[in-house]
Formats: sequence, structure tokens, C-alpha cells
Amino acid sequence: MAISTPTRRATPRPKRARDDTRLAMLFILPALIGFLVFMVWPTLRGIYLSFTKFNLLTAPEFNGLDNYVRMVQDPVFWNAMKVTIYYVILNIGLQTALALVIAVMMQRLTKRTWLRGIVLTPYLVSNVVAAMVFLWILDFQLGIGNKILEAIGVDRIAFLSSDAWVIPTIAFINVWRHVGYTALLIFAGLQTIPETVYEAARVDGAGEVRMFRSITVPLLRPIIALVLIITVVGSFQVFDTVAIATRGGPVDSSRVLQYYIYDVAFGRFQFGYASAMSVALLLVLVIVTFVQYRLTRAESSDLA
Amino acid sequence: MATTTTPPIATAGIDAVPASVEPPEERRFNIGRVLAWVFMIAVILISLFPFYWMLRTALSSNNALYAGSDSLLPVQPSWGGFQRVFGLQTGQEALDAGGAGQPVNFWRYLFNSIVVSTLVTGGQVFFSAMAAYAFARLQWRHREKVFAFFLAGLMIPAIFTLLPNFVLIKQLGLVDTLLGIALPSMLMTPFAVFFLRQFFLGISREVEEAALVEGASKVRVFFRLILPMSTAPIATLAILTYISTWNEYFWALMVSYTDNSRVLTVALGVFKSQTPQTGPDWSGLMAATLVAALPMLILFMLFAKRIVNSIGFSGIK
Repeated sequence: MAISTPTRRATPRPKRARDDTRLAMLFILPALIGFLVFMVWPTLRGIYLSFTKFNLLTAPEFNGLDNYVRMVQDPVFWNAMKVTIYYVILNIGLQTALALVIAVMMQRLTKRTWLRGIVLTPYLVSNVVAAMVFLWILDFQLGIGNKILEAIGVDRIAFLSSDAWVIPTIAFINVWRHVGYTALLIFAGLQTIPETVYEAARVDGAGEVRMFRSITVPLLRPIIALVLIITVVGSFQVFDTVAIATRGGPVDSSRVLQYYIYDVAFGRFQFGYASAMSVALLLVLVIVTFVQYRLTRAESSDLA
Repeated sequence: MATTTTPPIATAGIDAVPASVEPPEERRFNIGRVLAWVFMIAVILISLFPFYWMLRTALSSNNALYAGSDSLLPVQPSWGGFQRVFGLQTGQEALDAGGAGQPVNFWRYLFNSIVVSTLVTGGQVFFSAMAAYAFARLQWRHREKVFAFFLAGLMIPAIFTLLPNFVLIKQLGLVDTLLGIALPSMLMTPFAVFFLRQFFLGISREVEEAALVEGASKVRVFFRLILPMSTAPIATLAILTYISTWNEYFWALMVSYTDNSRVLTVALGVFKSQTPQTGPDWSGLMAATLVAALPMLILFMLFAKRIVNSIGFSGIK
């Protein structure tokens, strides 16, 4: 290891301890390079590229607002935006509601690690794995999911190949993978509510449901707000499941924004236009986060 | 509150109450508890069933799946699926079994995934720890400003930097290399720096100052004192980073074009697109899926407690 750096050992340390500028530069240098080169620079460059015509082979060519004008007039873009928002609403709605219930149940039934471990297991595999296995389970002809539907007397559903079902199905697949993680976040938040509050309510004769509504939900609000901000931002970036399971189809009914951006960039080599759509997505994320923050008053807790 | 929770948690206060509760109340709680368990068991089944189904399908003969699609056990058990995944069947054998004729070799992709995840985890955790130490313990001008700048990076969604980063990696000539996949996240993430700084701030200054008085340099203090004292959070961070890198798909898909740099997630997508469109090789696909998922599931089994307990707000709040 790097113990071979006996830097000025003779100097009486405590006296000079006030200023470590040179050493500090050395310590943050790798991280700073990583930050500037792979986060700050690409952010600025992404914004710049959105004002250019760029096909990756020749140098970017400034073309003003052309990409944005095209975007506003592009029906596929608006459809992608619509599909993405529809997906986010289904995905986040279902996931948050389920996670909240699971977290409260875990809190009430058993706090043992094994249960949390099982609930978290799907999160350990990639989106690709999740998409693959559900592609098979929900297969129209042979999938066990449709076999079960048949057994209980319901018609088969073309989960991933009908335009009505495809987005709800993708939302469900991602709920399957992420609900445990979300539940654990909420579970961690539940631990911060003092048990004495529940005891007092119980003495006053409050039932489970009443306690959930009047204690758990309000006291958990800041936690849920934070969870929502994290999960909504993630949800808007959905790509993997679509790329594996449907490739945007049937037609454009699962062509989410991120998949369209990828398609424009790597299928048609229009990096300028793809960058403009990335900027649009970034703006949407900033606005959504800001609105959420204001609506849920994430900064203030009723416990404080 | 349920009347019988696990002993260590149901302490004091709670035991005092149930005795005075009248029977009907007691009964209602129990029904609620039963329903709650029924719900949780459903959650457990839905969480775990797909894993069983991967295994069951992977161990079936692909051609028999059509007839036995509703059998809960493997249909005509066979290793064929796994053999195709590891390229152990000849093209003709694979075609006969319903697979794709092209040879695939998942060992290669497994190796690539291990290299990328190890590079990213090792580099990111080490360099972030160094930066975190500078932010937590060293005295220098503009420290807080630079740190705030780093934190602002948390706001940039990963997705936004991917396209420009690809352009950069291409200019560096690193497309289709493992280093090209690893590089952007090898040096830091704002989260890792933030997470470790929080922990370093909590380490008692006295131990550190004692070492400094004895003449140790700050570099030595970092390597010999701070790092060893932080094994637990560093291990947690490393495991989480390893898992998320392993599961990354979008970025790896952009950068890798050939077997040189294909990681498991990308290879799985390619394997899927090669399978016959009519009558896919489900047993081969599920074997591949299982192979891709298994390393992380094993890692999870080994470190379940640490991983489960690491999810909370300690790092964020």
C-alpha cells in the first residue's frame, strides 16, 4: 500500500494541521477528474449538442433551434411523452401503494431479516432478467400466467403484444422488481415513529386502520415524499424492460421516451435531435421533482 | 399492535395493555393478523415464483415445453438449456433442440461482467473514500464550496449524461472495451462521496489526533486508521455498487458491440434476439437468464443481512 509516503514526518504536525491544501488536492484529484469529465462536461456538452446537427462521424454543426422545432412537431415524440407519463403513473401508483402496505405489514408481523430479504430478492436481479422471465411467464401461448387465467376461466391476455395491455404489463414487471426496495425504504422510515405514539392511541381505543390513517401516514409523509422523488425520477428513465420485452411495440404503444431517444441516436445516428429530447426529459424531471417537493413539503416533518 | 410479536421487540408497555382488552377485540385482531399473513405469503410467492419458474424451465427440454406447458415440474428434465448457454452443443444439436445455431459462450460474458463490476467497484469506492476523507477531515480553502458542487451532481439524472459520455468514450477510442464501460463510474459517484463523508465525520477525532501527535502523516492516518475503522460502511457501499454495476444494461448496451466487451445483461439481450422468432428456445433463454442472475443471488445469500439493513435513510437523510 501507499505507506511509502513519509511526508515531512519531522515537522510537528499539530502546528501545521490547519492547512492541508496540497494533500487535499491530491486526495480529491481522481474524484474531481471523474466528476468534471464524466458528469459536468457531458451535461454541458449534452445541452450544446441539442443545438447541433450531429451524426457522430463528422463534427457537430450548429443549427440553432431546429431540433427543438422538430421535436415540438414530432407526433412520435409526443406519443412517447404520453406513454412515458402513463407508465410512470401506473408504475408509481401501484408500487407506492403496495410498498406502503408491505412495509406496515412487516412492521406489524415480524421484523425479522428473512422476510425483508425475501421481499428484496427481485431487486437483486437486473431489469433484463426480470423482463426475460416475465416475457416467458406471460407468453400468450405457453406462459404459465395465461395457463392460470385459462384454468380459472378467463380469456388469455396478450400481455406484451396488445397495445392496451403492454404499458400496464411493463409497469407491473417493474413493480415486481422494485416494490421490495421501496417497501424497505418506507420500513426504515417507520422505525423512526416512536412506539409510544401507537401505545397512546391504543389506550385511547384506536383500531389498526385508524392508527394507520391518523398516525402512520401523516408521520411518514416526509419519508414517502423522499421515496416518491427518488422513484419517480427513476421511473421516467424506464428503458431496459422495453428494450428487452417489446422494443417499443406493438407499433408505438410502448415506445417510451428513453427508448425513442436511444432509437434516434443509435438507430438513425441523429445525436443532435436525441440530445434535444434528452434536454426535454431533463426539464420534465426537474419540474416534476420541484412540484413534488412543494406539494409534499418534503422538508418538514410532523414529528419535529 | 399485534399481541404476539417476536420476543425481543414486543417489550414493556405492550404486555401491559392486552390483558385488559376484552375478548371480541382480541379476536378481531387475530383475524386481521391472519389476513395480513395471507397477504404477505402472497407477496412472498409472487416475489419468488419467477425464480423457480426460471429453474423449472431451464431444466426442461425445450421441445417438450409445448406439450407440458402447465406442468409445475421440469418437463423431460435435461441439461440442454445450460449446454446451449455455455456453447457445449454443436450448432446442429442446438438447432434440433429448438435453439439458435450460433455458438454462444457465456463464460466470456461472465468474465466481462466480473471485470467491469470489479473495476467500477474498486475504483469508485477507493477514490470516493479518498475524496470523502479530504471533505471530512482535511483543512483547505473552498472545501465546503467544492463539496456543494459535488452534491449538485446528485441532481443530474444518469440518463442525461449517457449520450455525451458515449461520444466522449468514442473519441477516446474506448468503444467496445471493458475499460470504456467502466471508466465513467470508476472515479466517483456523488452518492459514494457523500455516503462515506457522513461516516468519516462520525469517527472520533481523538484517535486520529493521537496518531498525528505520534508523528504519523495524514496519508498514513487515512490508510492505517480511517480505512480499517470504516470496513463496515465501505463493504456495504462496495456490495451495493457491485450489484448495481452488474445489473446495468443501458450504458453497457451503448458501448459494447462484440464479444470483446459484452457483459451478461447485454449478452442476454443478444441471445434473446437470436432465438428463433417462432417457437423461441425458452429453456435455453431461461438457463441464460438464471446464469445471469445467479452470481448476484449468491452474493445476496452471503451478505443478506448487510444488504437488507443498508437500505434506509442513513445515507440520504
